[in-house]
Amino acid sequence: MKKKRLFESAVQGIFLLLGLITVGCVLIISVYLIVSGIPAIKEIGLFDFLFGREWQSTSSNPKFGILPFILTSVYGTAGAIVIGVPIGFFTAVYLSKLAGKRIRAAIETAVNLLAGIPSVVYGLVGMLVLVPGIRSLFNIPDGASLLAAIIVLAVMILPSIIKVSVTALDSVPKEYEDASLALGATPVETYFKISVPAAKSGIAASVVLGVGRAIGEAMAVMMVAGNVANMPSIFQSVRFLTTAVASEMAYSSPGSLQRNALFSIALVLFLFIMLINAALNFFLKREKGK
Amino acid sequence: MNGKRKFYTFFMRGLMYVCSLTTAALLIFMLCYITVKGAPNVSWKFLTTKPSYLKGNIGILPDIMNTVYIVLATLLIVLPLGVGAAIYLTEYAKSKKTVAVIEYAAEALSGIPSIIYGLVGMLLFSANFGTCLLAGALTLVIMNLPTVMRTTQESLKTVPQSYREGAFGLGAGKWRVIRTVVMPGCIDGVITGCILSVGRILGESAALLFTAGFAHALNGILSGLTSSGATLTVALYVYAKEEGEFGVAFAIAFILMIMTLIINMSASLVGKYFAKRRRV
Repeated sequence: MKKKRLFESAVQGIFLLLGLITVGCVLIISVYLIVSGIPAIKEIGLFDFLFGREWQSTSSNPKFGILPFILTSVYGTAGAIVIGVPIGFFTAVYLSKLAGKRIRAAIETAVNLLAGIPSVVYGLVGMLVLVPGIRSLFNIPDGASLLAAIIVLAVMILPSIIKVSVTALDSVPKEYEDASLALGATPVETYFKISVPAAKSGIAASVVLGVGRAIGEAMAVMMVAGNVANMPSIFQSVRFLTTAVASEMAYSSPGSLQRNALFSIALVLFLFIMLINAALNFFLKREKGK
Repeated sequence: MNGKRKFYTFFMRGLMYVCSLTTAALLIFMLCYITVKGAPNVSWKFLTTKPSYLKGNIGILPDIMNTVYIVLATLLIVLPLGVGAAIYLTEYAKSKKTVAVIEYAAEALSGIPSIIYGLVGMLLFSANFGTCLLAGALTLVIMNLPTVMRTTQESLKTVPQSYREGAFGLGAGKWRVIRTVVMPGCIDGVITGCILSVGRILGESAALLFTAGFAHALNGILSGLTSSGATLTVALYVYAKEEGEFGVAFAIAFILMIMTLIINMSASLVGKYFAKRRRV
């Protein structure tokens, strides 16, 4: 009997260990990023690092200011949200409330497919369709620009916005809508004045999810944004926080200030993501708590 | 109904149609463009040979094999970890705080962008084992842990409490109940978790570029895991961005799209199959 109890507590111990692995992973990732990100910030100075307007990591008098990357990431994400959210939102309302069963099934299958397509594929299509298109449409020397990145990101966040919003809109109680219709509101008025407000935490969560995806995307952006460390401007080649890390990592030598500065950029990106995660949790809890 | 309300209804309805049509057009454009540009470049020779500069040949067999190896290695490691964590959460954990901490950690993991996984994987795994598929697989294990954990947890919740109580009533120990009653019940969650993970691994590029590298050498599974290699997605990136071989890139994109379609369909089929079995 005693042996059996010992065995049971050993099994429980193993499962506890397995359960704590996720926590361990988060801790390890945070610790690694902080430990490898701090030295460069110390050497450059926090203010010069965050608000320096010039990034020249390989010149003889190197400058490590990441303001261009931060602003590009913020503008790029904001632009993607401005374009992607309205389209995704209205599509979600249509799918959830107006669309027939067959149309809904067809579009949902396609949206799921779009959600699963690797980001490099978006980058590839953007590289061959958007970049030349922007160049000839606006008559500029190179189409690889912030605008191209914004459009690619807007397309990429569309599936998650549609999926999460549709789920939220579907779970609005039917009685709310029936009551509104019985009081004489038209169906369209009911959808936008009753269903949408009732599903607003879910829709907000979808937007935050989109922000997270857009700010964290690296490869697709790398392929269409041109990758020059300019201050952001819509028709100029720009570099995001993610692509700043990805583009120089391959050739920076370990231990150099350049590589350490890349880790510091990753740390800044990580802090952004953690903020967004906290916001997402807030909205999801509210959605659940209803 | 006055004019203002009529206009509102008309306007909002119009917006819904315009936006849905935009979405649909975008979907159709992506699917058609990739198919038209990619499908003609896919041939038997393309799928079954390795690239050779001497013969001027480009084949993606090594990339396909690398993808298979990395998927197998990742699943082999992530399944026990993820399922174990899910079992701990639903069967053992007594304090609400522990559950909340673990679930919060899982959510945090699923929000971290892949480029950061790539960096940490490089520091953690590639620094120790070198740039190789195994380092890539270990990085992907951390990425997919939350997915497997969540799907398993969902299916464990559907195992009726009365089954467990019945087994306990017959004198079974906790581990025996888990092994014989709980685990068979979570098989659908495990399968769904596997399918979703495969989808994520197929699509991953940023996390693999610095951990698994981008060589196109053809290897067996054991030598493959310890040497650098590109998966299909990484190969797409390298062919498009570094080598300017857009035909090859689109052919890979087409293959990846078909695989995504298969993965989505099998995920929904598995879901339907187990939902049906549960009802009977």
